[in-house]
Amino acid sequence: MDFMSMKDISPDQVVFFQYGFARLNVTILFTWGIMVLLALGSWFVTRKLSTGVEISRWQNLLEIVVDYMQQEIREISRQHPGRYVYFIGTLFLFILISNLLSVVPGYIAPTSSLSTTAGLALCVFVAVPVYGILSRGLTGYLKQYIEPTVFMLPFNIMGELSRTLALAVRLFGNMMSGTKIIAILLALAPLFFPVVMHALGLLTGVIQAYIFAVLTMVYIASATRTQQEQQEKQKEEQLNEKETNFKKQNKKGESP
Amino acid sequence: MDSISLIGMASVITAGVTIGVGAIGPALGEGRAVAQGLASIAQQPDETNTITRTLFVGLAMIESTAIYAFVVSMIILFANPFWDYVVTKAGG
Repeated sequence: MDFMSMKDISPDQVVFFQYGFARLNVTILFTWGIMVLLALGSWFVTRKLSTGVEISRWQNLLEIVVDYMQQEIREISRQHPGRYVYFIGTLFLFILISNLLSVVPGYIAPTSSLSTTAGLALCVFVAVPVYGILSRGLTGYLKQYIEPTVFMLPFNIMGELSRTLALAVRLFGNMMSGTKIIAILLALAPLFFPVVMHALGLLTGVIQAYIFAVLTMVYIASATRTQQEQQEKQKEEQLNEKETNFKKQNKKGESP
Repeated sequence: MDSISLIGMASVITAGVTIGVGAIGPALGEGRAVAQGLASIAQQPDETNTITRTLFVGLAMIESTAIYAFVVSMIILFANPFWDYVVTKAGG
C-alpha cells in the first residue's frame, strides 16, 4: 500500500513516471515486470531440458503446470488440447503470477485495474470467434448465432458482449476488493487481521485465475464443439442400438 | 441543506444499501449451490473432480453479481463523479 492511497480505486491513477505527455503508471510498470519475469523464468528453465530420469526441480514444476493445464483443457473441451493450451495457458499464468505476487510489499496487482482485465477480456472476445472459425468454418460459426431460430440473434450477440463485460468486471472486482479491504483493515485493525485477509486474497487470486481460464475454455469449447458432439452422439446411438440388439438376441436365446 | 452535505449523505447511505442488499441474493444462491454440490459429492464421490470444477465456475458466476454491487458501492464511495463535481465547484 505504498503507492495507492485510500482515494484511488485503481492503480491506473498512480503515476510512476512522467515525461512530457508520456505517462507511465503503475499498472503498465508491473505488467511489464510480470512479462519480463515470465519470459525470463521460462527461458531460464527451458534452457537445458533433459529427457532422462533426473530432471531439475524447475523443469519438474513447469512440467506439472503444463500437464495440469493440458489435462484440464482436455476434460473441459473433450478435444485435443494442442491448439488451446498456448492461449489459455498464457492467460492463466499471467493472471496467476500477477495475483500471487501481491505478497511482495509495495506491489499492486495489475489485475486490480479495470484496464488490464478489460484487455484480457477483449483477448477472449477476439479469440472465441477465431477458434470457432478455425474449427468450423465461417458459415458454420456464424450459423450458431441463429440457432435455434433467427429470433435468438440479438440475444446471442448480447450474450457475447455481456459475458465479456462480466469476465472483465469479475476479475477486477475480486482483485480490487482484496486490496481495498486490506487498506481499510490497515486503518482499522492494523495488527493481525490484514495478514489473514491477505492470505484469503491469495486464495481468491488463485481461484480467479483458474476461473478466468476455465470460463475462457468453456466459451471457446462452446464455439468449436458442436460438430464433434454430433459425431459423438452418432457413435453413442450406434452403441446403444448394438446393445439393444444384443439384449434382444440374448432374450431370444434365453426364451425356449 | 446545501448540495455538498446532501450529496455526501446520499452517497454514503446509497453505498451501504447497495452492498447490503446486493449481498443478500448471491449469499443465498451460493449457499444453495454449495449445499447441493456437497450433497452430490456425498452421493457420487467418484465424480468429485467434475462436480468441484463446475461448482467453482458456477460460484464465480453467482458471485459476480455481488461483485457488481461491490464495484458500484466502491465507485460511489471513492470515485463519485457527482461528489467530485460539487467539490470542484465549491473549491473553484
